[in-house]
Formats: sequence, structure tokens, C-alpha cells
Amino acid sequence: MDLLNALVALSNYVLIPAIAYGSQLALGALGVTLIYGILRFSNFAHGDTMAFGTMVTILVTWWFQSMGLHLFALPTALLALPFGIAATALLVLGTDRVVYRFYRRVKARPIVFVMASIGVMFIMNGLVRFIIGPSEQTFADGARFIISAREFKHMTGLNEGLALRTSQGLTIVTAVIVVAALFWFLNRTRTGKSMRAFSDNEDLALLSGINPERVVTITWLIVAALATIAGVLYGLDKSFKPFTYFQLLLPIFASAIVGGLGNPLGAIAGGFVIAFSEVTVTYAWKKVLGYLLPDSLAPDGLVQLLSTDYKFAVSFAILVVVLLFRPTGLFKGKSV
Amino acid sequence: MSAINWKNVGLFALVALLILWTGLFQSWNVALAILNMGLISAIMALGVNIQWGYAGLFNVGVMGFVALGGLAVVIVSEAPVPEAWAAGGPRILAGLAIGAGVIAAAVQAYKRMAPGRLRALVVTVLLVGGFFLYRAVFDPGVEAVEAVNPAGTGFLGGLGLPVLLAWPVGALLAAGAAWAIGKTALGLRSDYLAIATLGISEIIIATLKNEDWLARGVKNVTGLGRPWPVPYEVDLQKSAAFVDWAQGMGLDPVTASSVVVKLAYAGLFAVVLGILLWMSQAALNSPWGRMMRAIRDNEVAAEAMGKDVTRRHLQVFILGSAVIGMAGAMMTTLDGLLTPGAYQPLRYTFLIWVMVIVGGSGSNWGSVLGGFLIWFLWVQVEPLGNALMGLITAGMADGSPLKEHLLASTAHMRLLTMGVILLLVLRFSPRGLIPEK
Repeated sequence: MDLLNALVALSNYVLIPAIAYGSQLALGALGVTLIYGILRFSNFAHGDTMAFGTMVTILVTWWFQSMGLHLFALPTALLALPFGIAATALLVLGTDRVVYRFYRRVKARPIVFVMASIGVMFIMNGLVRFIIGPSEQTFADGARFIISAREFKHMTGLNEGLALRTSQGLTIVTAVIVVAALFWFLNRTRTGKSMRAFSDNEDLALLSGINPERVVTITWLIVAALATIAGVLYGLDKSFKPFTYFQLLLPIFASAIVGGLGNPLGAIAGGFVIAFSEVTVTYAWKKVLGYLLPDSLAPDGLVQLLSTDYKFAVSFAILVVVLLFRPTGLFKGKSV
Repeated sequence: MSAINWKNVGLFALVALLILWTGLFQSWNVALAILNMGLISAIMALGVNIQWGYAGLFNVGVMGFVALGGLAVVIVSEAPVPEAWAAGGPRILAGLAIGAGVIAAAVQAYKRMAPGRLRALVVTVLLVGGFFLYRAVFDPGVEAVEAVNPAGTGFLGGLGLPVLLAWPVGALLAAGAAWAIGKTALGLRSDYLAIATLGISEIIIATLKNEDWLARGVKNVTGLGRPWPVPYEVDLQKSAAFVDWAQGMGLDPVTASSVVVKLAYAGLFAVVLGILLWMSQAALNSPWGRMMRAIRDNEVAAEAMGKDVTRRHLQVFILGSAVIGMAGAMMTTLDGLLTPGAYQPLRYTFLIWVMVIVGGSGSNWGSVLGGFLIWFLWVQVEPLGNALMGLITAGMADGSPLKEHLLASTAHMRLLTMGVILLLVLRFSPRGLIPEK
């Protein structure tokens, strides 16, 4: 019984939140890694692209809600998501046209692209704050729980409750669908194959008649969709605040680098590695250990390795360790 | 020295005019505030330029070094809190020493032992065991210190030394952090250094916010001391001689006192900027500077010539960070308070980068110019944006939600403006206003 209770507490406080957070990070890191693979630079504006897509989705959600449109148990934001993706796609294609295309033509060094992406970051950040303001917004509606802690206790008779929030369930299901679709696209379609060819060897791809501008356009479209989905899921799960999205840049980059920059599979693995480490290191283990250990050994303190405010330190520590011992990431990335 | 470059003189004259214009048409207090922060920004930009312009190192952790400088001010100049020291000071120091010792031991074990399972095991046991030992010694000390009068102090206090000393100490603290980062992250590709520095700066801020025993965390430290020649406004207003002098000049004594204080700061900062600028120029034109630029322009060739690239990179990274740390200490001295919550990467990292790029990477004078110019714009874009929005919304009905939203949002115009300026300069004048020779 104690063992079961411990397992339930572990799932409730560690496994489920970490899987949900990991899925969000993985979607974000996929965007970063695709840009790195195709356009060959680290996009510092990615967090703010996510914020922009989420903001549009929130605005459309509010509009739908005011018209009485809803998706029953699911959040209305799902209906608004395509609009968010479309707006973000227009925005990133616009920035590519106005900003990045010029540097591609003059074959600028990657660092110049990074600088330009910092300029884009400022603009997007200002835009989002200008339109929706810097404060926190919640936009989740529909049923709050798939299983609530009380129902679970009632059903199983255990002391510990297991809650699965709609946003968490939705995150996991969506992430699985999106990742499956992305990999199908990259591995099975002609366009996807041309993207991979372009990422592997630009010259050879050009030689075999792949149109680079088309590859770049499709990459931006996919990145816009990934960023918006990741941002909306994160916003539903936690809440939307422009500054938080900017700060997500660090765990997202850590995920992409840990997995191996430019490697989509690595981005997903990296997302989960970072999420699980953040959650396990900052979780107070007192409850779980209390069930597992005999009473005489039960811990006095919270058994929290690090306070939650240091979660950046966790992503960072993993990042450094991986960089020192496996500079190309867990899966073979393209970086040297 | 070559002939005077009149274009550059003109650019600096332009910035001076802008500040004078602020003084004449807005207020001298605002103008001097811009001048003071401009001087500090110029020093920060100089530090970033040493790393980026001389050596091509992409440091996105400026905010962290600035904050370390700020911490130095608290550590050096605040009066010590004897009760807190008695309660847990030695314990905290012992905890920190254990932490450092554990890391050093793990590094040594990793270096000395042959690769294999045994080494992995020893290093893991050292780190995990060391972590729990560190927490066991450190945590009770922290609790005891933070329990001492939490509303008033709740921290160890500083050394009670003159605040001017904090400036070099801030440089030292930042240099120490830079050494630790550089040891691990230099030698990796440039994007990685960027992410690593971004991460470390967030960690430094998180530490400052949470370690209340160190500098009171988010409870802030206020009322920091002033450096030696700078008087307090209240003292000036009490001094009969000063009031007479101010009235003789036809000035209101209260305004005059704050103007005098700001001028005193400006004088101090200008001296520091002057010295640093002279040193940077001398270094850039020395054989050392030529070597750095050679490394930047072609690492492989420089290495073939027998230059130790990683070592030089570490050196220049530490130097630049020290300059940034000193500027951070100066800024906290000027503010008179340390508020860890106020450190935002857009303002303290990326804005400094805009200054360097706009001024001209690789050019010290350019960075200084960029520091002044961008800081001026950062401050003045808001009132300008307000005026512009007022004009745009003039036709709208009063009290309409759109009008109110637009007027309330002008504060965010400055981010947009900075992004546009950065992109325009990168595209049309990538070498900046004062290009490197």
C-alpha cells in the first residue's frame, strides 16, 4: 500500500508534470534545431516567436469566448490555434524576407544571423508587450481535470491523489501527434527529404536542383507551427507572460544542444532530459520518501535538492556537462 | 596619432548637443541623469567591445557581471552585522569552503585518475556526498543569519569599507566568475559560449534573489554609501554657504544640490571612463592588440604562428568581464541601492550589445559613442513615443478602450525602437558609426 502511495505521489508531482513540461520543451527545441539545421544559426528570437503565436491565439480565444464559441471539455484555445499559427507564419516569413534573406544572399557568418535575431527578438518582444501588455494572462477554459485528485482517491482508496489536468493530457497527446506528423513529413515526403538533404550538405542539395528558398520557406512555416503550439500548450498548462516566454529560451536551447543541435530526435530527447532533471531536482521528496522508508528513517526536512528558483541552474548544469564530455550532444548533432 | 577625424568629433558633438538640449528644454536633472548612466553604459560597452571587438567572443551574460559588480558594493561598503556573524557567519563560510573543496577534489580526481568505471564512481560519490555535506553545514548557518532581524538586516552585512573600493572589487568578482565560465565554455563554438553566458547570468541573478544572507535577496539593500567626494543633497541644503551660492546664481537650492551631486558623480565616472578608454586604446595598438585581432580574424593561422588561442581568449574574456563588473559596481553606487529583481536581460545584456554594434564593433571610441547615444534614445524614446501616440490618438474619442490601451503601451515602444535600430545598423552600416580602422 505504501509503495503504491509512493508511486502515485511520484507520478502526481514528478512524472506527469515532467512529461508535460518535457513535451513543451521538446516542441520548442524542435523549432530551434530545425532553424539551426537549415538556416544554420541559433535563433534568439524563438522564445518571443512562441510568445507572439500564443498572444494571437489568446486574442482569438477571447474573441471566440465572447461569441459563445467553445469546445465543450477542451480549451477554446484549440479552435484559435490555427489562427495563431497562421499569424506567426506570416510574421516569421516577413522577418525572413526583410531581415535574414539579405544575409543569406551575402553569405554572412552565422554570428551575424544571431545578431540579427537579437534585433528581431527586441521587435517581437516589444510588439507582444505593446499589444497584450507585459502582465500575466490566463486563457484556459473547459474542464479543468481529466482525473481529479479527489476522484482518484475515491476510486482507488489510496491516501494519495493523482490529478491529471486537461492541459497536461492535451499537451502529451498533441505533442505525440505533432512529432509523429513532423517525422512522417521529414522522412517520407519529397519536401521533407529535400529539407534533410539541404541540412546535411547544402552544396550537394543545390547541385541536385533543390530550391533553397523553398526549403527555407517551408522550414519557417513548420517552425511557426511548432513555436505556436509549444507556446499555447505551455500557456494553457501554466500561464502566459511575455517575460516567462523570453526566459524559456534557456531550457529550450539547453534541450536542443543536449540532444545535438540540428538533430530533431535529439531535440525531443533533450527536452525530456532537461524537464525531468529540473522537476526531480527541485521537487521536495519528503512525501515519497516518507512512504518508502520505515518511520525511523523518515526525513525531517523537505529533501529538496535545490529551491525551485534555481531551475535554470539545472538546465545549465546539464548543458555544461554535456558540452564538456560530448560536445555534439547525446545524439550526433552537427556542431563542432 | 593621425589627423583628427572630424566626422567622429561631430558624432560626439551631436550626442553632447542632445544632452544639452535635454537640459535646456526638459531639465538639467534629467540631462545629468542621462549623462551619468551614459558614462556607465559607455564603460559596459567598452567591456563588451574588448571581448567581442578584440577577440570575437560572444558574451550574452553581461547582466550577470553587472549584478556581480552591484554585489561588490554591498559586500564592501555595508556595515557588518555582528549579531548575524555571531549567529552563523563562520558556518556559512565553512559551508562555502566545503563546496569549493568538493568541486576542486572532483576536478582533480577526474584529471588524475585513469578513465574508467572507477573514476566515474569516485567522481560521482565525491560530488553527491559533497553536496549533502555542504548542505548540512551551510543550511543551518543560513537559517540562523536570516533569522537575525529579518525586517532590518537578515544578512551578514559587508566590510564597512569606503565604497570607492567596491569598484575594483566588483571588477575582481566579475573576473573570477569569468574565469570559471571561460575555463569551461571557451574553446567551444561561439553559439555555445552565448548560451553558456546567458545561463550563468540567469543563475547569478537567481542567486542574488534567493540568498538572503548575502545581500538580502529581493528585500533589497538600500541606502548604500556614497563615494568620497560626492556630497549628500541634505547636507548641501543645510550648508549656509551653498544656499547663498545657489541663490547668488539664481538657482533653487534643492535643485542646485541634486545637480551638484550628479555633477560630482559625472566627474568621477568620467575619470574612470577616461582611464579605461586610454588603457583600451593603448592595449589595442600594442603588439598584444595586434595579436588579438590576428586571432580574431584567423584562429588557425594564429595558432600556426604559435599563439595559444584558448589562453588568449580566456585572458580577454576575463579583462572584458572585469570592466563590465566595475561598471556594474559604479551603477549600484549611483543608484544607492541593490535591487536584484530589477536586472532584466533585455536592458542589461542585449541593450549593451546594441550599443556596441551601433557604435562600431572593434572600435573603443565607437563603443563609448554607442553607449551615450543608445542610452539617450532608450530614455528619450518613451516621452517621444508618448507625444507620437498623443498625436495618433488625438482624433479618437476620449475614454475609448483603444486610445487608452495605445497610450498605456507607449512604454514598450523603446524595445521596438532598439530592435529596429539594431537591424538597420546591421544591414546598412554593419561596421557601426565609428568603424574599426
